[in-house]
Amino acid sequence: MAPAPLSTHSAITLHINGEKYTLPVDHRTTLLDALRERLDLTGTKKGCDQGQCGACTVLVDGRRTVSCLQLAVAAEGREITTVEGVAEGDELHPVQQAFLDLDGFQCGYCTPGQICSALGVLEEHAAGWPSAVTDDVRPEAGPPPLTPEEIRERMSGNLCRCGAYVSIVRAVAAAAESADAAAQDSHSHDSHDTKEQVA
Amino acid sequence: MTTAPTAPTPPAATTTGAVGTARSRVEGVEKVTGSARYASELPFTDLAHGWMVLSTVARGRVHAIDTESALAMPGVLTVVHHGNAPRVNTDYVGQLGPADPTLGVFQSDRIPHVGWPVALVVAETSEQAREAAEALDVTYETQPHDTAFHADRPGTYTPENAEVSKGDVEAELAASAVVVDARYTTPEQHHSAMEPHAATARWDAGRLELVDSNQGSMWVADELAKLFSLDLSAVRVRSEHVGGAFGSKGVRPHHVAAVMAATELQRPVRVALTRRQVFAITGYRSPTAQRVRLGAEPDGRLRAFEHVAQCSTSTVREFIENSALYGRVLYEADAHRTVNTVTRLDIPTPTFLRAPGEAPGSFAVESALDELAERLGIDPIALRVRNEPDVGPVSGLPFAGRNLLACYEEGARRFGWAGRDPRPRTRREGRWLLGTGVAACAFPSGVAPSTASVTAEADGTYTVRITAADVGTGARTALTQIAADELGTTPERVRVRIADSDFGPAWVSGGSMGTRSWGWAVIAASRELRERVALLTDIPAEGVTARVNTADLVASLAQKERYSYGAQFAEAAVDVTTGEVRVRRLLGVFDAGRIVNPLTTRSQLVGGMTWGISMALHEEAVRDQETGGHVGADFAGYHFAANADVPVIEADWLGEVDPDDPIGIKGVGEIGIVGTAAAIANAVWHATGVRHRDLPIRPDRVLLAEGDAQAPDRGDRTDA
Repeated sequence: MAPAPLSTHSAITLHINGEKYTLPVDHRTTLLDALRERLDLTGTKKGCDQGQCGACTVLVDGRRTVSCLQLAVAAEGREITTVEGVAEGDELHPVQQAFLDLDGFQCGYCTPGQICSALGVLEEHAAGWPSAVTDDVRPEAGPPPLTPEEIRERMSGNLCRCGAYVSIVRAVAAAAESADAAAQDSHSHDSHDTKEQVA
Repeated sequence: MTTAPTAPTPPAATTTGAVGTARSRVEGVEKVTGSARYASELPFTDLAHGWMVLSTVARGRVHAIDTESALAMPGVLTVVHHGNAPRVNTDYVGQLGPADPTLGVFQSDRIPHVGWPVALVVAETSEQAREAAEALDVTYETQPHDTAFHADRPGTYTPENAEVSKGDVEAELAASAVVVDARYTTPEQHHSAMEPHAATARWDAGRLELVDSNQGSMWVADELAKLFSLDLSAVRVRSEHVGGAFGSKGVRPHHVAAVMAATELQRPVRVALTRRQVFAITGYRSPTAQRVRLGAEPDGRLRAFEHVAQCSTSTVREFIENSALYGRVLYEADAHRTVNTVTRLDIPTPTFLRAPGEAPGSFAVESALDELAERLGIDPIALRVRNEPDVGPVSGLPFAGRNLLACYEEGARRFGWAGRDPRPRTRREGRWLLGTGVAACAFPSGVAPSTASVTAEADGTYTVRITAADVGTGARTALTQIAADELGTTPERVRVRIADSDFGPAWVSGGSMGTRSWGWAVIAASRELRERVALLTDIPAEGVTARVNTADLVASLAQKERYSYGAQFAEAAVDVTTGEVRVRRLLGVFDAGRIVNPLTTRSQLVGGMTWGISMALHEEAVRDQETGGHVGADFAGYHFAANADVPVIEADWLGEVDPDDPIGIKGVGEIGIVGTAAAIANAVWHATGVRHRDLPIRPDRVLLAEGDAQAPDRGDRTDA
């Protein structure tokens, strides 16, 4: 008996920025292409399409992910946040506001990836994750100070050819500070609350 | 007719002060929220996707293309190639010179280099197009190729007008107390804008329309009109947001291929290049092999200045990396000789890349000055000050606002240059040897004719229209500020629309001439509008528009040496046991005329300096002589500075404005990269005592040099 013809498409449901999208996709379609070509969510950028530049960074279940290296069919059922889902209506997220005020970009093409990555950095840092430049990596040491060196290291998966790194580091530091201040204002030192404020 | 609630009035003698005030980007919110749409992001009904197929051989002919198999694949609509493509005209002169023969896409079976376009596969989806393109069976007749570039290669020649000299260099060298004769190399470098090139072409009511990512929509429109023998009015090119350009986003083969396919299929066709294709067909900076000879008196005064700079180009087009231009304006000497030479190879055609000429040229010259300072026992800044010219050293023309000495002074003060121990290898901190270095920089401050129109709207706002491009420079914001001041209003009441060829001819975003050229047109149109509106009591519903072309104004500029200048200071840390070099500090103080927007200007200058770090330590495209193609044409194989490579960088400016300059704006786009790599290499010498004359200063080079320096009778090294 001849084998059944291989199917090349599947209907999938993606959860993006709190919305549900059901669509048929070619199995070869990456999450990045599904966002850009199928769902008209073009804020996520294609810089290299091979996982080297970070322009396509989105948050998948809260974790930084390069969407060019993930197939759309593999993203089904995951909570995806793209740059379009970062602001609260017309109110920019503190990370976006800091990038805008401190000119943390020039051409703007790497910016959505930088912003999603910065959100991930703030979450990872708040959760106590060390980086390659963290001196004390013992779990009990807690989060290291978010120094410029820490920010540079943690943001190095996102290339910027305009050379806006100096301002990007300042913007991430400013956003971290404003998140800290917001956390202080809420009189809460609970780390989960801090994460809410940051993300 | 409506009455304007706030009828515009001529501004007072003082402006509203928008120019000179830091202002975030007009399109900034769109860029941080992801709503700014770049070239491949505008939706089109019935869009088809094109995928370029590039030659895998370095020289030869296309023997056959199996289009039948490709056309049988799902979704494939057409395969355009030399056997079926329409003829295009490549015998014309465009805005930036004679037609690039590379634009003669699919016009013959000849292959002059790896990456030459051989076909465009068009399909319903990008996945289908890609699969069919990768499956397309192209066979070649190969011929021997030669892609090896090195100094003094046989066949190297001096193009027309590439040599300038005064006095007798050989005689002055012979009479000099100290002579430096050194050779330097820089590698092939790539633009690597984050947004890959992309264009969508379609026919709409008899007009050819392109949504594109480019540095000049009129430039692209004009070239496409000439290529396809269309009336210019039948072509419209738009390029609203551009994800970086750096010289690479002119007219390219994918534009031509997209138009061919859109014409054949009569539906919109998008061609978006892959990163690998961007490396292959969008230009790059030629490698250089340079020789600098300096002859000086014991007090440092230069008797002879000679700079011979060799680059390479393709067999189809002579593009020269004009590295030897740099010294013609910077240093006085009794005798001067500066020559650009070129070698033709079976390689793609290079093009403009950030600070074309000046970036590699300044590396050689500013390194050689440092070597001379070392030999003479003179401070490197004092040596440069001693050779500061009063007029153009070769041209004899007066300078328009040259404040380079003040850049050294201010930079030295802020960097803490005074008291520096000039001896190398004297500072150590843990595993790091530390050193500091300095270099000068200069880049021409040109201007070109542009057309701007400014409309006073009935609601009291203004609309500016100009075919400018904002490739990340902040041009849209700067022009908004300039117009606001000239119109005596606030930036919030000014709408600047750019990057649409229907707005008329204008200069491109290039040569550090954008804001100066477009700004002048906006100023002139705003002034004319103000005069016309002053005679009216009401603004009619359709508004009042003034349109000015600056061709006459530009032509009336007095002939002078017009440049931006600067002084670059670097501190480098070198671990000679691992070969790692880290830049710890960079400071640039620039003489860049009137600064329109301090926020975005600083970003431009710091961005250029970041490129300088990258050029000094990282960037190097490697060509495999066996295949003639790149090794590792991606961001792993071609590393440019990442965040962790870049320290605190400070850029500042003097704010001096030449009172005789009608606009006062100079360029800031390119000057930041000029001299930076030399300042870093000089700092590495100061740290280690070893001269690095070949870029980038890779760990293996540092280690080998360290070994050589430790061995007896081996001095500084130069390798290729």
